[in-house]
Amino acid sequence: MTAASAPLIRARASRDDLIMRAGLALFALFLLVVVALPLWALLSKSFQDHNGNFVGLANYLRYVETPALFQSFWNSLFVAIVVTAIVVPLAFIYAYALTRSCMRFKAVFQGLALIPILAPSLLPAISLIYLFGNQGLLKGWLFGQPVYGATGIITAQVFYCFPHALMILVTALSMADQRLYESADALGASRLRKFLTVTLPGAKYGLISTSFVIFTLVITDFGIAKVVGGRFNVLATDIYKQVIGQQNFEMGAVVGVVLLVPALLSFAVDRIVARRQVAQLSARAVPFEPKPRQSRDLALTLFCAAIGLAILGVFAVSVWASFITFWPYNLTLTLKNYAFGNFDPLGWGVYWNSLKMAAASAILGTIAVFLGAYLVEKSKGFHVGRNFVHLLAMIPLAVPGLVLGLSYIFFFNMKGNPLGFLYGTMAILVVNTVAHFYTVSHLTAVTALKQLDAEFEAVSASLKVPVWRTFFRVTVPICLPAILDVAIYFFVNAMTTVSAVIFLYSSETKLASLAIVNMDESGFTAGAAGMATVIVVTSAAVKLAQLGLSRLLSRTQAWRKR
Amino acid sequence: MKHSRLWLPLAAAAALFAFTADALAQKTRITVYTALENDQLGPYKAAFEADNPTIEIAWVRDSTGVMTARLVAEKDNPRADVIWGLSASSVVLFENMGMLTGYTPKGADGIKPVFKDSKNPAMWTGMDAYLSVVCFNTTEGGKAKIDAPKSWKDLTKPAYKGHIVMPNPASSGTGYLTIAAWLQVMGEAEGWKYMDALHENVAVYTHSGSAPCVQAARGERLIGIGFDMRGASEKTKGAPIDLILPSEGAGWEMEASAIVKGTKNLDAAQKLIDWTVSRKANELYGKYYAIVAMPGINAAPPNYPAGAEAAMVKNDLGWMAKERDRILAEWTKRYDGKSAPR
Repeated sequence: MTAASAPLIRARASRDDLIMRAGLALFALFLLVVVALPLWALLSKSFQDHNGNFVGLANYLRYVETPALFQSFWNSLFVAIVVTAIVVPLAFIYAYALTRSCMRFKAVFQGLALIPILAPSLLPAISLIYLFGNQGLLKGWLFGQPVYGATGIITAQVFYCFPHALMILVTALSMADQRLYESADALGASRLRKFLTVTLPGAKYGLISTSFVIFTLVITDFGIAKVVGGRFNVLATDIYKQVIGQQNFEMGAVVGVVLLVPALLSFAVDRIVARRQVAQLSARAVPFEPKPRQSRDLALTLFCAAIGLAILGVFAVSVWASFITFWPYNLTLTLKNYAFGNFDPLGWGVYWNSLKMAAASAILGTIAVFLGAYLVEKSKGFHVGRNFVHLLAMIPLAVPGLVLGLSYIFFFNMKGNPLGFLYGTMAILVVNTVAHFYTVSHLTAVTALKQLDAEFEAVSASLKVPVWRTFFRVTVPICLPAILDVAIYFFVNAMTTVSAVIFLYSSETKLASLAIVNMDESGFTAGAAGMATVIVVTSAAVKLAQLGLSRLLSRTQAWRKR
Repeated sequence: MKHSRLWLPLAAAAALFAFTADALAQKTRITVYTALENDQLGPYKAAFEADNPTIEIAWVRDSTGVMTARLVAEKDNPRADVIWGLSASSVVLFENMGMLTGYTPKGADGIKPVFKDSKNPAMWTGMDAYLSVVCFNTTEGGKAKIDAPKSWKDLTKPAYKGHIVMPNPASSGTGYLTIAAWLQVMGEAEGWKYMDALHENVAVYTHSGSAPCVQAARGERLIGIGFDMRGASEKTKGAPIDLILPSEGAGWEMEASAIVKGTKNLDAAQKLIDWTVSRKANELYGKYYAIVAMPGINAAPPNYPAGAEAAMVKNDLGWMAKERDRILAEWTKRYDGKSAPR
């Protein structure tokens, strides 16, 4: 390299850097508009009285002094901790079986475990009541304990959270380095020792972020608590009471801020752990290939079968419920519960709306998320900007849908907001859904990008290839599986989203997930179960299509193997 | 020749298109916010549009709580033209927030005084009334050998312990009108004493006013206190329940209509309000509600007990609105704070 060409290369690189930084700034603006500003429009109300006058911390004082409200805080904490303590070990063993054993039927077990994520959260709640309610088929199993209350919330949450935990843990456990186990074997380490010194530390980051994701999911969900919570008050139902029951947005905003605290804590811990983890995975790692061991494989098969059957059972109950004429007094099977026109003026129209909305969210959301994650991961320097975008991307996970939905009214319907034209359209539902499910998608994309050596960009730069060409020629093809994962994640969540969009839909843009809530409220439980079944089947079909597509794409992934 | 044969349908299509485009252009589309039940939306819209072919209704419908919260949240930049079928207490709340435009509909003289706003022009007009009743599951009652209650007082008997569900007044309007009626009929001190005793028998306070009668219909609970029309519709679907109007009388609430201030379609909005007090409209209401605004209408929804109008307690809507925060705070302190055991 001559002395004359060196400055040239640097100039080239810095132009790319500038493009990346400009992109990052634009992206920060995007997240500000879809996440931070709307939230501020609502949460700032926690410092105001009914008439919009600034009152400082008065609302917070009133909150702490109201025992009923404060009690919910401890209830929420209790439920979230118990669910996390149950789900994380179960999902860990399940993920271990899927990634580290030679168990058979892995694809079946993986598919079964996904069902809860495809289903609207009302589905486990309906099934739970049909199974363990006062007329329940298996009510004796609870030893006379009522299902309404903490028991019901915890059971339904475990079902609902399981696949979320599994997804992260499977990623964490499948990133193991074969060479570490080979070294351990060479040193004569016992199985327990290998587990404790290689497997667990390797999955540490996954375990911790799973715990926080589950904790936050439980603490922000209100659908389950509303249906089976009984007298057991939690923070999310308190928001419902304040906002829907009493139109007290100020107190609702206070509870919303309280809910943000655990999420911000988890963000801090996540950052600290992530910083330590990065060094553990080198670009030269070799994927782990499990060896068969009969006793372990059999035990894990039994374990997975038990969990898989439980999930299938819960789903099957609600499919069955959708065909019943009048539960529990007339169990004749019928198809009339699928004539949705009898329950909702749009009939099957709500389903087509949902499909449109989910497809748009999947496409636009994936583009936004992947571009954003790329800018955060691959731009050099500019730490302030990158951390800021990352923090913004973490917020949505902590925000209950109800809070996000209301925020959107206050922000997008504000007089003089140039984006006001979005209000009342399908577009605002899409923007809201992308924002609502941003965090997990962002984390998935970041994880995928972290596996790519930064050398790609360095090499491209030295070959004078512009950064966008590297992005489209190298980064995108290699990350295709993760990109598909993100798209599917947006799709299935858009099919089931309720609490955020309930304030935003118009007469033509009503969604199937909202129709389910309305049907259940009006006593058309069978119709609600029917629509839930249609949604699960649709999302499962989309997921299967993705699996087929991934197999076709597997050629782009050959580089991962030794 | 071939061309000329093609020509005719094309010209016809063009003419038809021009005609429909013309008709569409003349139609005024008004956005109507409502909490009416889904099955009422189609018939109401069709009947109104038949009489007013130049106006088209676009419904936005959800539960009372969601629609009320949405309207308040949209206050500074309203999206609705008209409210048709939302609880009167919500509409009075909007009135107090200055969100409505007064208009006394043509034909307002034809409806019962209690359904009319006393101001001139009227800020709202009532359509129909619904009651908070007791839904009793006869099948489960028979199995457990428990008799149906006849009065509110009966519900505090030890036999009903753990068998009653009612809506949480802090999250449901039906819940609030239920307890407001007790406090008005029995007096404050006696009313709270009654609720203390009832609390011992209540299994769960639900978040929606529909849920209690639905749960009673499913045999999930023996007794549900809640929205009457839900009980009637469940019975029509085959639920083994009886609707009981307690002997002390029942709390009630009206559904009302009003014009949202700032509407760009004031003329169409007024036409709709005129129509909501018409005989035709009231006959439609009478298919779904036992009590409607116009006298002499045969209001007999299927499976609804007789004597609903007589069972309505003397209800002061103004008092209900004024005392709401205080009563809900007291209720929450007494009963909601005692959470279920873990």
